[in-house]
Amino acid sequence: MSLPNRKREARGRGASPASANGRSTRLSDMIAAWTLAGPALFLLIVLFFLPVLAVFVIALTDWQFGASTLSFVGLANFEEVFADRGFRASLFNTVAYVAIVVPGTIVLGLGVALLIESGKSFRAFYRAIHFLPYMATLAAMSIAWEALLHPTIGLVNQTLAGLGLPTANWLRDETTVLPVLAAIGIWQNLGFAMVLFLAGLKSIPQDLYYAAEVDGADLWLDRLRTVTLPMLGPVFMFVFIVVALKAFETFDTVHVLTQGGPGHASEMLMFTLYRESFEFFRTGYGAAVTVVFLLIAVALTLFQASFMDKKVHYQ
Amino acid sequence: MSAITFDRIRKSYGATQVLRDVSLSIESGEFLTLLGPSGCGKSTLLRILAGLERQDGGSVRIGEGLVDDLRPKRRDVAMVFQSYALYPHMTVAGNMAVPLRMRRLNSWQRLPLVGKLLPGTRPSLAEIDSEVSRTAAALGIDHLLARKPGQLSGGQRQRVAVGRAMVREPAVFLMDEPLSNLDAKLRVQMRAEIKELHKRLGVTFIYVTHDQAEAMTLSDRVAVMLDGELLQVAPPRDIYADPHDRRVAEFIGSPKINMLDGAVIERGLMATSGAKLSVPESIAPGTKLTVGIRPEAFSLITQPDTPNVIEGSVHLIEHMGSDLFVHLRVEGMNEALIARLHAERAPHIGSGHRLVVGVKPAQMILFDETGYRLQTASVSNRVTPIRETA
Repeated sequence: MSLPNRKREARGRGASPASANGRSTRLSDMIAAWTLAGPALFLLIVLFFLPVLAVFVIALTDWQFGASTLSFVGLANFEEVFADRGFRASLFNTVAYVAIVVPGTIVLGLGVALLIESGKSFRAFYRAIHFLPYMATLAAMSIAWEALLHPTIGLVNQTLAGLGLPTANWLRDETTVLPVLAAIGIWQNLGFAMVLFLAGLKSIPQDLYYAAEVDGADLWLDRLRTVTLPMLGPVFMFVFIVVALKAFETFDTVHVLTQGGPGHASEMLMFTLYRESFEFFRTGYGAAVTVVFLLIAVALTLFQASFMDKKVHYQ
Repeated sequence: MSAITFDRIRKSYGATQVLRDVSLSIESGEFLTLLGPSGCGKSTLLRILAGLERQDGGSVRIGEGLVDDLRPKRRDVAMVFQSYALYPHMTVAGNMAVPLRMRRLNSWQRLPLVGKLLPGTRPSLAEIDSEVSRTAAALGIDHLLARKPGQLSGGQRQRVAVGRAMVREPAVFLMDEPLSNLDAKLRVQMRAEIKELHKRLGVTFIYVTHDQAEAMTLSDRVAVMLDGELLQVAPPRDIYADPHDRRVAEFIGSPKINMLDGAVIERGLMATSGAKLSVPESIAPGTKLTVGIRPEAFSLITQPDTPNVIEGSVHLIEHMGSDLFVHLRVEGMNEALIARLHAERAPHIGSGHRLVVGVKPAQMILFDETGYRLQTASVSNRVTPIRETA
């Protein structure tokens, strides 16, 4: 938008702008600007803003998928959403899941990155095996996990039994199902966090470590606290936001492994949304859940934008 | 007080040898500069002294004690880095407090929040604060204490880096090209400030640079390094006037010294491709020599028939204000000869003119075939080689 302006200014500073054709150049500038920005703007509106707007509108109706009639019901869907025990359980589970996965991924990802960076041999190999789960399709990997976690023939229980430790029916027990799903979530995101931390570690200037050593940071922990962790600040923030958003929209493990059960013990927002919209065809209700979901995602992103600029971005 | 001794230091990275048997001792309170082109091993030597890298062979002493097995913290040295290496997430005050916090507080006391509650932390912190303010005031950066490095100019960052080194009053100051990231004007100003700082603190400074102007203006002694070898250690004046090695002569001085290869044709006379020059009688005919002549040793000559003159045609003139750098093409010589002449004594020189310049025998520096300085009567016996001539 400032492009035509700036161009006009530049022209104004020049020798003598012909005032007679000033209006027509302004017009041609406008045409050029809109022609250049137009296609992208069109796609953005059609593929992004209109669908979001549609979701907001549908959330205010009682429309059911395939129905030929609909009527506006105001905020009734939202009232129902928040009154529903199932939805509250789903929201709680999602928050709990995120609260386990995000710190778990960050701590383990950083740990693995530090270990790989400190060792000299097999670096590429360690990087690759830790990154594999992130590249694999989680739906397919979930089947492998199902086999591992099988109550009788699964490797996990067999191993535990062999060591004389108590076993569990991991995916059918209300107390274990969410932590187990979270563990799988950590396993999957670990590689992503690790790669970003490795890149972050590489970009810390060696001079800073030297300076810390001369300043008296003898212990590894002191150097970690004085140099490594603060310098990784921006990476932390990025990993935090991306993993949090990814954890919020976890769907495949729930769908393949538990179907939200037992009871509502492993039901999460994305799965609720899917079930209400595409299994029960309560599209209005599903849209209301989507709106709640969108608000959380937008809040996270705004938090990142403001926090990242103020607190962790140096220079 | 500490003197520093390097004894036959060796260091290699893989197959590349960066330091070859470097021995050097430094007086306490001395300002010594390690001068050499990049990659000559000078920064490695400094890092070995600081304890940041371990030598492959040889030993380092600070004062009486061997420090080879001591961590940097125990060596009582402070270092200023080329990149300043300030912690970007800390304020200036925080940066300057790090060396004191690391030494005076234990790990528990350094913990955020909890640390302050432990006994003894608060008084120590107050003490650290006041020492930081005092040092900052001495450097004129006390108004910057609350800022972060990202908000400072290059010169200010440089001062903060010096402040962080100064605050704990080390016995030895190490500076690794501290001025090379500054613009030319600021560099001259900071150079004077570093000199002033050395005078004020009176402690040993070891300064690494590739800039000969810095080395010449700051140092008590200059150690010239090339390819991992120490070529000569001497006061700046001697490094310039009495180079022991052809490479030292070529590295020091701008514009570069003129090097003329030739051989002695009869007692007292040598021939180079462009001229005949007198040499001491003691050198046997047939000896191959290289003669080094500083550009300012030349003077304009009117009669071309006297000995020790070189004739050439002017190829390029650089006006430097009071002086002219005249590039002469001499028949039979590959490189142009550079003469530095006073502007007022050579007013009418123009490109393409024939010119005759002369040089006094005392101002010719003779090197043998291997590049070592040839001992002659005209050079005083001040010259003491640091390497045994093979």
